Amino acid sequence: MESGFGSDFSSDFGSGGGGGGKLDPGLIMEQVKVQIAVANAQELLQRMTDKCFRKCIGKPGGALDNSEQKCIAMCMDRYMDAWNTVSRAYNSRLQRERANM
Amino acid sequence: RSRRGGTGNTSGTGSGMDAPSAAGLGGADPQLQRFIEVETQKQRFQQLVHQMTELCWEKCMDKPGPKLDSRAETCFVNCVERFIDTSQFILNRLEQTQKSKSAFSESLSD
Repeated sequence: MESGFGSDFSSDFGSGGGGGGKLDPGLIMEQVKVQIAVANAQELLQRMTDKCFRKCIGKPGGALDNSEQKCIAMCMDRYMDAWNTVSRAYNSRLQRERANM
Repeated sequence: RSRRGGTGNTSGTGSGMDAPSAAGLGGADPQLQRFIEVETQKQRFQQLVHQMTELCWEKCMDKPGPKLDSRAETCFVNCVERFIDTSQFILNRLEQTQKSKSAFSESLSD
């Protein structure tokens, strides 16, 4: 996972160890879930930025002009649509595979 | 940084990352073990969605428009299916060539 996942992880646990030092598994699981969600969001953003930069920016100028900004905005939405479509399609395929086993 | 993901459950999709045994990670706590198994599975799924979205975007998207038209949407769906077919095909064929190789070497060692 990205460094965001690893480096923030340990600092969340230090405060629990003051008295008895027993770590609540429920709390750990919740915090892990949050970290995973953050990592996924970062991954998504990184790939989206890559794709939209490629699609929308030709020769890099001194600033992002209006058409470039519009393109990036549309590209972001389309990328999310694509991501959701892929997620649904993959999920359907997995269900079908399991049904066939 | 390994980007290959796979889902352990789908036969033949393959997993790029070997799942560590949950017992080692969760220790003795079965609740944690279960949690790790489930989250690992979920992550494999997420990783593959990221990967396929990236690949299929290249194949299916020309200029980003105001919405995802039905042709592009169909392309994405087909792309996912064909990607998984490709993955299974590769694994199956690999398995076959391995089998025929060992049969060959067996007949040699008489």
